[in-house]
Amino acid sequence: MTLNLSIAMTHLLARKRQTAVSLSGIVLGVAFFLAVASLMRGSELDFIERLIDTSPHITVSDEYRSADLQPVRMRFPKAAVELRSVKPQTEVRGIRGWQQKMDFIDSLADLQVAPVLTGSVVLTFAGRNQGATLSGIVPERMKEVSTIEDDIMAGSLDELAANPNGIAIGQALAERFDLEMGDNLNVSTPDGTVRAMKIVGIFRTGNANYDESQTFTLLKRAQLLLNRPNRVNRLIIQLENPYRAREVASLIEQRIGYKALSWLEANEDIMAVLTVRNTIMYSVVAAILVVASFGIYNTISTIVMEKTRDIAIMKSMGFHARDIRRIFVIEGLVLGLIGIVFGIVLGLGLMWILGQVEIKVPEMADSERLPLYYGLDQFILAAVFALLSSVGASYFPARKGARVQPVDILRGAA
Amino acid sequence: MSALLVAEDLRRELSGEVPVVLVDGVSLNVGSGEFIAIMGPSGSGKSSLLYLLGLLDLPTEGSILLDGENVSHFSEDELADRRLRKLGFVFQFHFLLAEFSCLQNVTLPMRKLGDLMPEQAQARAAQLLGDLGLANHMHKRPSQLSGGQRQRVAIARALANDPLIILADEPTGNLDSASSAMVRDILRQLASDMGKTIIAVTHDASFARAADRRIGLVDGKIDPQWVPPTLAG
Ligand SMILES: Nc1ncnc2c1ncn2[C@@H]1O[C@H](COP(=O)(O)OP(=O)(O)OP(=O)(O)O)[C@@H](O)[C@H]1O
Ligand SMILES: [Mg+2]
Repeated sequence: MTLNLSIAMTHLLARKRQTAVSLSGIVLGVAFFLAVASLMRGSELDFIERLIDTSPHITVSDEYRSADLQPVRMRFPKAAVELRSVKPQTEVRGIRGWQQKMDFIDSLADLQVAPVLTGSVVLTFAGRNQGATLSGIVPERMKEVSTIEDDIMAGSLDELAANPNGIAIGQALAERFDLEMGDNLNVSTPDGTVRAMKIVGIFRTGNANYDESQTFTLLKRAQLLLNRPNRVNRLIIQLENPYRAREVASLIEQRIGYKALSWLEANEDIMAVLTVRNTIMYSVVAAILVVASFGIYNTISTIVMEKTRDIAIMKSMGFHARDIRRIFVIEGLVLGLIGIVFGIVLGLGLMWILGQVEIKVPEMADSERLPLYYGLDQFILAAVFALLSSVGASYFPARKGARVQPVDILRGAA
Repeated sequence: MSALLVAEDLRRELSGEVPVVLVDGVSLNVGSGEFIAIMGPSGSGKSSLLYLLGLLDLPTEGSILLDGENVSHFSEDELADRRLRKLGFVFQFHFLLAEFSCLQNVTLPMRKLGDLMPEQAQARAAQLLGDLGLANHMHKRPSQLSGGQRQRVAIARALANDPLIILADEPTGNLDSASSAMVRDILRQLASDMGKTIIAVTHDASFARAADRRIGLVDGKIDPQWVPPTLAG
C-alpha cells in the first residue's frame, strides 16, 4: 500500500499546478458548504429557539382529537344512518378532574406543568371598553413554564397571590388606557358580572397584540369571575428538553385523553418550511462539491492518459489491475483530504467574517450578530461528502487505467 | 537440461472483421540458462510470440508450461504474480518511470514483491546498477541518461526480483553499436555466468551470433530454414 501511495504522490507532485487547481476546487467547495450551512442552520436554530422560548412546549386543552361518535353510529357502525334534530350533549367546558391529571403530568420527569383557565372579558376604564383575554394562573407554577416573569416591567406575578383582586396587564394596554400600577379597572364577564380589579403587575413581551389583550389574575379569582368553579381549560407544560415534546405529548394524550399539542405540532407548517429550506440548501452546497469534484476527475483522467505507458510497464512487471486502480483512487483521496483540511480552514475563516457582520434592526435598540451554527455535524457532513465525491471522481479514470492491457501499449509503441 | 519453458502449439489470433493470425502453431522448449535469439522479417510475429512466452498475452490455442506450471488457464492476477517472481522484461524502449530515479526504478519490482526490507531492496538495486556500470548514475532521472545507460537500467530492473527468464524485445534496436555490444555482452554473461535464461527478439546479427540458439520466425511460424540476410553468406 505504501508503494501505491508513493507512486500516487509522485504523480501528484510531478504536476503541481494542475494538482493545485483541482485542490482549490475542493477547498472552495468545502468552505462554501461550511459557511452556507452554518448560516442557514444558525438562523434556523435561532428561529426555533425563539419559537421554543415563546410558546408552551406542550399545551393540554379541553378538547379531544376526534369528535365523539353519536350513540346511534356506535350501534350501527357500518350502516348509512341519517340523524335529525340531534341535540348535542352540552358539556361544561374545561378539563375534567384536572387536579389528578396535573398530578399525573407532574409525576413525569424533567418537566413543569401549570394550570390555566382562560376566558374572554371586557375591560372598562374611564368609560372606554376593550376586549381582553383573562387567564387565571397559579403564579408559582406559571413562572416555571413561561418567560412572563422576565417580561414584568412593574410589580410581580407574586402580588397576584397576595392580592386576590389583583390583575396583571400588558404595557400596551396600560399606555392606551393611561393606567398605572395600583389603578383600578372594571372587568366584565360574558354573563354580566362586573368586578373592579387592581393593577399589580405590568408586563411587556414585545408582541404588540399580546401586550394589548392578555391579562392575568389568580386562578381562583378567574374561576369565580368566569363562573367556572374548580375548572381549568389548559395545562401548560414546559420540558427540560423541548425536542422530546412530541413523544411526551403523545404519552400524556394517551393517558389522560385530552388533546396534548406539542410546539412541533402546533408549528408544523413552519417546521415543514424549514425542512424544505434545508433540503434546498444542502442540495445547492452538495452540488458545489460535485462540481468541484469534476476538477479531480479531470486531473486524474489526465494523469491516467499521460501514464498509460507507465501503467503498461507496471502491469507487465507484475502489478495487478487493482494496484493500478488503487494508485489513482489514492490520488483522488489525497486531493480530497488535503482539500478538506484547507477547506475547513477557509470555511472557518468565512464563518469568522460572517460572525463579525452586525445587523441593525430599526425597531430594536441593540444590533444583532448573524446567528451561526458551529456544530461538528456539518463539518463531518462536508468532509464525508467531499471525500465521497473526490473518490467517486477518481474511481472512473482509475478503473479505466486499471483496464489498460500492456500488450496493447507495447504493440503500439514498438 | 530440463525445460524451464515449454510452449506447445501456440496460436494467437486477433478476432475482428478480418481475423489476423499473429502466431501460428509455435512449439518451443527453452532450457534453463539458455540464450535464445528470435529472428525473422518485420511483421512476422516475433513480438507477439514474446508476449505469449512472457505471459503478457494469452494464446488463442496451445499451452505454456512455465517452471512446471501450466499457466494456460491462469487468471490475470495469477499471471501478474508469475511475471513478478519469475520473469523480467527489457523492451526496445526503456519504459522507465520518468518521475523516479534510476535507483527507485530498479527498486520498484522488489517493493511490489515485498520479500525484502526497503533498505535491502535499495542495497540490491544499487548493487545491480553498480554491476552494470551505473554506480555514478543511480540517483539521476532516466531522462538524464544516454540510451545505452537507460537500457542498462532497464536490464537492472528486469533482474530485480532474480527472475528465471529475461525476455527482451529488440533490446539493442535503438542503440549505437558500442552500446549494443555492451548490452549484448551483459545478456550473454547473465546466461553464462548467472544461469539466467534469455529469450531475445533481435534484428542484430552480432547479437544473434552471441546466442546459444537462433529461431527463425516467418508469418507466425517457426521456419528452420530461415537465415537472416545479415547472417547469410
Ligand atoms: N492490433 C493489431 N491489429 C492487427 N494486426 C496487428 C496488430 N498488432 C500486430 N498486428 C500484426 O501482427 C503481425 C505481427 O506483429 P509483431 O509485432 O508480432 O511482428 P514483429 O515480428 O515483432 O515485427 P517487428 O520486427 O517489426 O517488430 C504484423 O503483421 C502486424 O501487422
Ligand atoms: Mg516486434
